[in-house]
Order: sequence, then C-alpha cells, then structure tokens
Amino acid sequence: MYQLTGVTKRYRRGKDAVTALDSVDLTIEDGGRLVIQGPTGGGKSTLLQMLGGLDRPTEGSVVLDGTDLAALPEARLTRVRAEKIGFVFQGFNLIPTLTAQENVETALVPLRLGARERRERAGEALASVGLGDRSGHVPGELSGGQQQRVAVARALVKRPAVLLADEPTGNLDESMRDEVMEVLEALWQEHAFTFVMVTHDSALARRAPRVATIGDGRVTVREQVA
Amino acid sequence: MFFTYLRRELRRRRKAALVVASGLALGIALVIVVTSVSSGMSRAQGKVLESLYGLGTDMTVTKAVEPPEEGQTTRRPRFEFDAGEGEEAQQSRDLVMVQGFQSLDASTVDDVAGQDGVADAVGGLGIRVMKVDGEFRRGQVENPGQGGPGGGGGGAVRGGGAAFDVDSYTAYGTDVARQDLGPLTTSKITSGRTFTEGETDAAVAVLDSAWAAGKDLAVGGTLTVSGTEFEVIGIATADSGDAAADVYLPLARAQALAGAEAKVTTVYVKATDSQRIEGVKEAVLKNIPGTTVTTSADLAATVSGSLSTASDLASGVGTWLSYLVLGAAFLVAGLLTSSAVSRRVREFGTLKALGWRSGRVTRQVAGEALVNGLVGGALGIALGLAGAWLITALSPTLTAELGGGGAAGGAARGGMRFGGQGGGGGSPQTLDIALTAPVSLATIGLAVALAVAGGLVAGGFGGWRASRLRPADALRRVE
Ligand SMILES: Nc1ncnc2c1ncn2[C@@H]1O[C@H](COP(=O)(O)OP(=O)(O)OP(=O)(O)O)[C@@H](O)[C@H]1O
Ligand SMILES: [Mg+2]
Repeated sequence: MYQLTGVTKRYRRGKDAVTALDSVDLTIEDGGRLVIQGPTGGGKSTLLQMLGGLDRPTEGSVVLDGTDLAALPEARLTRVRAEKIGFVFQGFNLIPTLTAQENVETALVPLRLGARERRERAGEALASVGLGDRSGHVPGELSGGQQQRVAVARALVKRPAVLLADEPTGNLDESMRDEVMEVLEALWQEHAFTFVMVTHDSALARRAPRVATIGDGRVTVREQVA
Repeated sequence: MFFTYLRRELRRRRKAALVVASGLALGIALVIVVTSVSSGMSRAQGKVLESLYGLGTDMTVTKAVEPPEEGQTTRRPRFEFDAGEGEEAQQSRDLVMVQGFQSLDASTVDDVAGQDGVADAVGGLGIRVMKVDGEFRRGQVENPGQGGPGGGGGGAVRGGGAAFDVDSYTAYGTDVARQDLGPLTTSKITSGRTFTEGETDAAVAVLDSAWAAGKDLAVGGTLTVSGTEFEVIGIATADSGDAAADVYLPLARAQALAGAEAKVTTVYVKATDSQRIEGVKEAVLKNIPGTTVTTSADLAATVSGSLSTASDLASGVGTWLSYLVLGAAFLVAGLLTSSAVSRRVREFGTLKALGWRSGRVTRQVAGEALVNGLVGGALGIALGLAGAWLITALSPTLTAELGGGGAAGGAARGGMRFGGQGGGGGSPQTLDIALTAPVSLATIGLAVALAVAGGLVAGGFGGWRASRLRPADALRRVE
C-alpha cells in the first residue's frame, strides 16, 4: 500500500524554482488501479517518479508497505526498485541491441538468478504478453505495440507489487493501444499488482475505478464506477 | 548478461568502436615504431663503436699529444736515396714509421693493467709503411734545378730526375698471446687462420681482405717489408666500415720494423665493470702521466652524420610526438566514450530504474571501452609491427661520421688510421650503417600496457559519466 503525505517536489533551474508537486497526499490500496490525468507539465511524471523511487521528494514521505522511500539510502532504494516495482515507459525504453528475450532478462539481473531460471522466466513472461515466438527479435524488428508488450513483460517478469506506467500508449496508434491495454488489464486481473498509469487518453481513464487529476502540482482524486 | 550485452553493443556500434580503436591504434603504433627505431639507432651506434674498438674494449690509452717543440715543424717522413755515382738503377725502399710518431713504453701496458677496475689491458703498435719504388736517372741528377728526389704523401710523384711510386699502408703489431682485445677483433678471419700464441716473433702476417685484394695477395703468398719476407697466413674482413689496419703482424716484428723496440702506440683496456669506466679513466690519467684516455662515451660524442641526426630526431621529436599522439588518442577515446554515454542516457537510466546498481552500469560501460582499447591496442601492435618490419626490410642507410674533432679522432683509432702524416689531426671517417627497427618484448609489453591504459582512460571517462546518471533519466525525452 502506498501512503503519500505532504509530498512536494521542487526543481531548481538556476534561480528559478518549479514546483512540480505541491504537498500531495494520496493513498493507493494494494492491488488498486489508479489513472493519473492532467495537463502537460502538471506533474504526472514527477508523481510517478516519487512512487517508483526514481527520485526523492523535496519534502514529505512516500511510504510503500511501511517503508518510506524518501528516506531510504540509494542502495536500498535500488533494491526496492529491483524487487517491487515495474516500469513501463512511453518510449518503450528497450535496449536496441538486445533481443526481446534478453531485454526481459535485464529486469532479472539485479535479482541474481541463475542463467537458466532467468531464461525460463523471461520466456514465460514473453509468452504471457503473446510474444513467445518473437523472443529472438531485436526491438527494431518489432512493431510499436509489440515493443511495448516486450516492455510490459520486462516490467512484470519479476512479479512486482507495483506496476507504474507513464503514458504507455502515448506513442501507439489505436489498434496497438488496444493490444497493449488488453494485455495490461489481463495481467492486472491475474496478478493483482497495484497498477498506476498516467494517460492523456480519456477513453482509457474512463475504464479505471479511480482517477487522480494533477494540475499545478495539486492532486484531486475521484472515484468512478467502471 | 554482461558479456551478451557487451558483445551486442560492440557489434552494433562497430563504427564508433572502430573510431576509438583506430585513434588508440595510431598512437600505440607510433610508440612501437619510435621505440624500436630508437633501439635500432643505438644498435647502429653500438656497431659504429664496435667497428672501431672491437668487442670488449672499454677504452684506449694513447700517448698524450705533445705540442711541437720550438723551431720544429710537424715531422714528415724523410727519404734518403742513394743518389751516388751509380748507373741508372731501379731502387726500392720501405720506410717504416710509428703511427703518429707517438709511442708509449711497453711497460705502460702493465701499469694500466695494474689500475683499479681494469680487467685486462693489451698493447699494440700501429705503424705505417711507405714503399717507394723509384727509377733514378743519372743524367737528370746533374740538373738539380729541374727536380730531384722529393717526398710526398702518396701516389706517383715524378720529378725531373727521378720517377718513383710511393705506396703507403698501415700495419698493426698485435700481441699474439692476447688476441681477445684490440683492433683485430673488429674483423673476422675469412680465409686461412689467425696468429697462434706462439708466433710472437714469427714472420707471418694477416691481411685485410680489401687491401689484399688490391695487392693480389692471398693466403700462402709473401709480403715483403723492408727486406723481411712475411708469410700470409690469413685474410681478415672488417665487420663494418674500414678495417683498423691493412696488415697485422706479431707485435715484436712490428716493433723491429719501426725501430720501436718495447714501444706501443695504444693500450686497449677492458674494465671490470662497465659502470666504472669513468673512474678507471681518471685513475689512468692521474697515475700514468702523459697519456690520453678515450672511452666509448668519448667516441660516441664524436659520432656525427645522418645517424646521429636521425638518432637525435628519434629520441627527441619522435618520442615527444608519439606520446603527444597517444595522449590525444586517449583524450579522444575518453571523450567519444563519454559522448556515447550521453547518447545512451535513457538506456542507462532505464537499467537503473530496473534496479541495476550504479556500479553494475558503470562496469558495463567501462567494459565496452576497455574492449575498444584492447582492440585498438591489438590494431596498434599489428600496425606498429608492420611499420617496424617495413623499416627493417627497407633498412635505409645512415651515415656515421666519426671523429671530426682532431685529437679525439686520432685517438679513436689509437692513432692508427688518423694522424699518419701529422701530429694528431685527422680526417673524419665515414661508416654506412643500415638502420633496423628491432621490436623487443618489452616494447610489446609497453604497447599492451598502453592499450589497457587507453581502454581504462576511455572507460574511466565513460564510466564516470554513466555513474552520474539518475534512474529518473529513464524518463528523459531526448534520445
Ligand atoms: N528534471 C527537471 N528539472 C527541472 N524541471 C523539471 C524536471 N522534470 C520536470 N520538471 C518540471 O516540472 C513540471 C512537471 O513536469 P512533469 O514532467 O512531471 O509533467 P507531466 O505532467 O508529466 O507533463 P507531460 O504531460 O508533458 O509529460 C514541469 O513544469 C517540468 O518542466
Ligand atoms: Mg510526463
């Protein structure tokens, strides 16, 4: 469970300071599904970084399952990311030189598994996103939707407690968007991880039970009936 | 995963890797070539010195040059012909002189041998033989205004009243019991044999091959000097350049011919320790007055010509340049690696977001750079070896000029070649030496070390850059 209290993030650019998040309080239940919306520059990505332990807030605490990520030393924060948090990025962020299989395996490197177990689990994860037969292809040989599904497999192969997705369909056309969303929703149903997704797409937002809207660093949450 | 990732990256970014590698390769190749050429140079210089002294001689001791006495000009050989009432006659005479007219008592050899730090000392006598064959016409003599007997340096001299040839050559009296030191060690016996230890007073001679060829003499032939017939027992060929003398005789015979009993011109000295040569030199100068001591170092200082120019160039500009190029290559390799990391900010940020420790990412980057460096090093070693091989194959000829500097030059040969006519002056001797570029194992080791260093420098730059990336960089929009 996530418990954010008074999370403020200020970026300093020379003399100017930008307040990307302004004293945000937010709770997300285990297995919950939250969509974050808001205007560009509103602080959506910044909030996701706080949730994922990619960056630390200037003030406030980000407690995940009883641990304040804001106060953890870098090495332990890295460990939390490696074990508990999966990321899906708008630009896929696959390593272009590695095959789909190897890309998925990169997520297991910090877990120090044996090569064989790593291979098996990556293979299973690829199969679960419907790409079992494309494991030997490099990203350049895959469509955008397929690349993002590889990224989903990479995010979920370690069976994380949390999946954070920053506009996962932002670079995709409609058919690919549906292909990726179907996979994400099916996996969420199956594994019941906490699922936080940033999106500009109101059609996607409408399908989520909870929507947080960020503007000027402030968050308002509304519950809706799916 | 480390190696899979490494392999994939290197394969995909072959071109960028090759740029880094070839920069390093150029620098390393240059270092190899310059180092090996330099060692070729010093080998060549060593050859020059060896051709003068022979192996094992660390210094020579000769008599100090004395300034001519008041009223006395430089000494010249004098000819005294029987210009009496005889009929037309063919006359032949050998004039035998001590080289440079300067000699030391033979006891000096033992004095030198007795000095601290002297391992061995051997004396020898350099002499010059002038053979004058002349026809002397009586009628012409009666008319002295038209000419007369004269003396001169060499060649045919024709006077009005006489026609005669002057032929001069050098001979060296060898201590036959001690042939491990001295000028004969610069030549190899190419036919016949050398002196035996017992031939201290034998009428035998070893001839220089070039001179013998000009005189049509071979082993078994006879050389007549001042009426004494010497049996030619061997022909010697100089290892490089000119031979130290045209004729080698047993020391006692040479002394007798020149009327220089118990005299030597040069003492060849071997030191117990090559580090102590300067000390031995000082001891000899101090304890045995009236001597000049010439060490290999003194001689080396008199080497000039293209060899010494090239050698100065190689050790000066060459070294400087190759390290400059190498430094630039290191820097470029580092900057290129660092900029490659900048282009992959999102990739490395993503890995950090996935939970890769910073050190693991840094290792990956440094590993790539290190392999680039090693590839560059391997290329550089191949290139350098090819360059060195090419130089050795072409072996350009360098010229060494020796002893342009008067007394030092005279002393260079222990007064053998030089100073024949006058006191201590001499013309420089020229030697052609083929340049080689021997590549030693140490040079290869240096190149490998440089390659690794280059890789580490590049890896250091890149790794440092990668270590400063934050996991949030995974969300950077720039690619
Ligand atoms: N590293 C940074 N340094 C300085 N300012 C930043 C940085 N990251 C974000 N900001 C600023 O913080 C604010 C919030 O940025 P953020 O990326 O969270 O917005 P966003 O809601 O994700 O926008 P978008 O929809 O365009 O992705 C913006 O004004 C942005 O300029
Ligand atoms: Mg954003």
